Amino acid sequence: MKKHNYSLIIGLILTGIILIITIIGQFWTPYDITGMNSMAKNQAPSLMHLMGTDNFGRDVFSRVMNGCGTTFFVAVSTVVIGCVFGTIIGALTGFYGGLLDEIVMRINDVLLSFPSVLLVLIFISFIGTGKYKIIVALGVMFIPSFARIVRSEVIRYKSQEFVRSAQVMGAGNLRIIFVHILPNTVVSMLTAAAIGFNNAVLAEASMSYLGLGVQPPDPSLGRMLSEAQAYIFTAPWYAIWPGVVIVLIILGFSQISEGLRAISD
Amino acid sequence: MKYFIKKIITLIITLLFISLLTFTAFSVIPGDAAVSKLGVDASPEAIARVRAEYELDQPVLTRYVHWLEKALHGDFGQSYKYDTMTVTQLLQSRLPVTILLAVMAFIIIIVVSLPLGMLSARYAGKWVDMLINQVTQITMAIPSFFLGIILTVIFGLVLKVFQPGGYVSMEEDMKGCIEYLILPAVAVALPKIAMVVKYLRNSVLSEMKKDYVRTAYSKGNSVNQVLYGHVLRNALIPVITFVAMVAAEILAGSLVIEQVFSIPGMGRLMITSISTRDYPVVQAAVLYITSIVVIINFLVDILYQLADPRVRTA
Repeated sequence: MKKHNYSLIIGLILTGIILIITIIGQFWTPYDITGMNSMAKNQAPSLMHLMGTDNFGRDVFSRVMNGCGTTFFVAVSTVVIGCVFGTIIGALTGFYGGLLDEIVMRINDVLLSFPSVLLVLIFISFIGTGKYKIIVALGVMFIPSFARIVRSEVIRYKSQEFVRSAQVMGAGNLRIIFVHILPNTVVSMLTAAAIGFNNAVLAEASMSYLGLGVQPPDPSLGRMLSEAQAYIFTAPWYAIWPGVVIVLIILGFSQISEGLRAISD
Repeated sequence: MKYFIKKIITLIITLLFISLLTFTAFSVIPGDAAVSKLGVDASPEAIARVRAEYELDQPVLTRYVHWLEKALHGDFGQSYKYDTMTVTQLLQSRLPVTILLAVMAFIIIIVVSLPLGMLSARYAGKWVDMLINQVTQITMAIPSFFLGIILTVIFGLVLKVFQPGGYVSMEEDMKGCIEYLILPAVAVALPKIAMVVKYLRNSVLSEMKKDYVRTAYSKGNSVNQVLYGHVLRNALIPVITFVAMVAAEILAGSLVIEQVFSIPGMGRLMITSISTRDYPVVQAAVLYITSIVVIINFLVDILYQLADPRVRTA
């Protein structure tokens, strides 16, 4: 009997729920996300305010719903940047090899020896803060890990029978790389994308928490945490809930990547 | 010997490359330092004077050589913001705090994760293993800064044994300083413990499949004898490289966690300097941190080689 892939199922359900709430949050929230209410400052979670209110009397749940959108937007954009450029670089260097391959891989080695949070911090210190800058910083940082995976897959496949057959039939190198080899790497790419997504969420939240990432008025889970810290003893829920949501997003995607890995084994 | 020389040369080249990269990156960033120091209303003469003072009017390469020469003597120039202090003084006052925090986190990781990893491998597939696996999955998903906030709530608000913001400097009270750093260190360590446990468990399990283990069993050794007498030392070899990665992660985590617990270390210095565009400080901080990471990697490569002479030929 086939063993159920519980990790994948749990991950997909968890991520699905958060995604639905996030999408709704882009069009409708229970309260206005910037609407201040001096009568309802720092209220504990209740049926009126599921996650309580913050120091301006704004509804935390509404802000979390909307803020998740920023998180997903940043994470998806960075993974796309890393994936596209990483695939191109990895495929070409893996297929052709040579000196360029050697140089690119050495640079990759150095970059990969740095934790992503540290790299992004360094990158941010060059280019400055803001939503789009953090996307660029994170995206560039993720190129090496994707490039490395694609490269090793391309090397694995390029001497195999089906590639030789395609060559005999007159297919050009680019056609072989993109039509014949790359489709075989989809599962490992998806696993890498899920891990990359996690790192992106984590790095974005960290940077926004430090005040170096997403800037106001864009809502961000990380920045909510840093704003909430001043009120940690009077309104702990204001800090706890956005954090819990970050954890759930990461947990969902790590379950998905776990499940995907089980498939590829 | 050839291996060591090759490694050392690579290290030097990497460090030079990093310094060049750091320098040029900061030379091309938009936003003139002289303007950011004097404000946009400053007169052109005043700006020219400051530019000359910081050698901003020289070509990039000249400045790099000049800068590197001074940097090697530990002189990173003046901070734009803290007029009275040199960059080196600033860094020297902040770096020990971050290093102490990182070392504490590292000790916690090693002390906790080695026994847990062995336990998990010893009882692989049993409930102990499943429990450890589930708990580590969850702790891995918690960002360290959020963990810091949770710990503050638990120990500050509920148990009332911790005073956030009550940091005392090392010179003032070493014991008090270490006590204050325990929670931040735990916050940095916990997600990494999960990684090490998982890695060690898998490393032990793959060793257990090898022939020498069967031989050891057939000679009448018990499971514990095989595990601790034979498997552990082999299983630890790949873990060493992994720990190097973790060491760099700890450093990164410490930089972030300093903000959570208001610890005046490198991280806070770097973040305030980035926001105030105090580039000499950021530049020096980036150089320090990247060099530390590169040197850690170098040391681990050497250690790895000593632990497993087979890699020398590879």
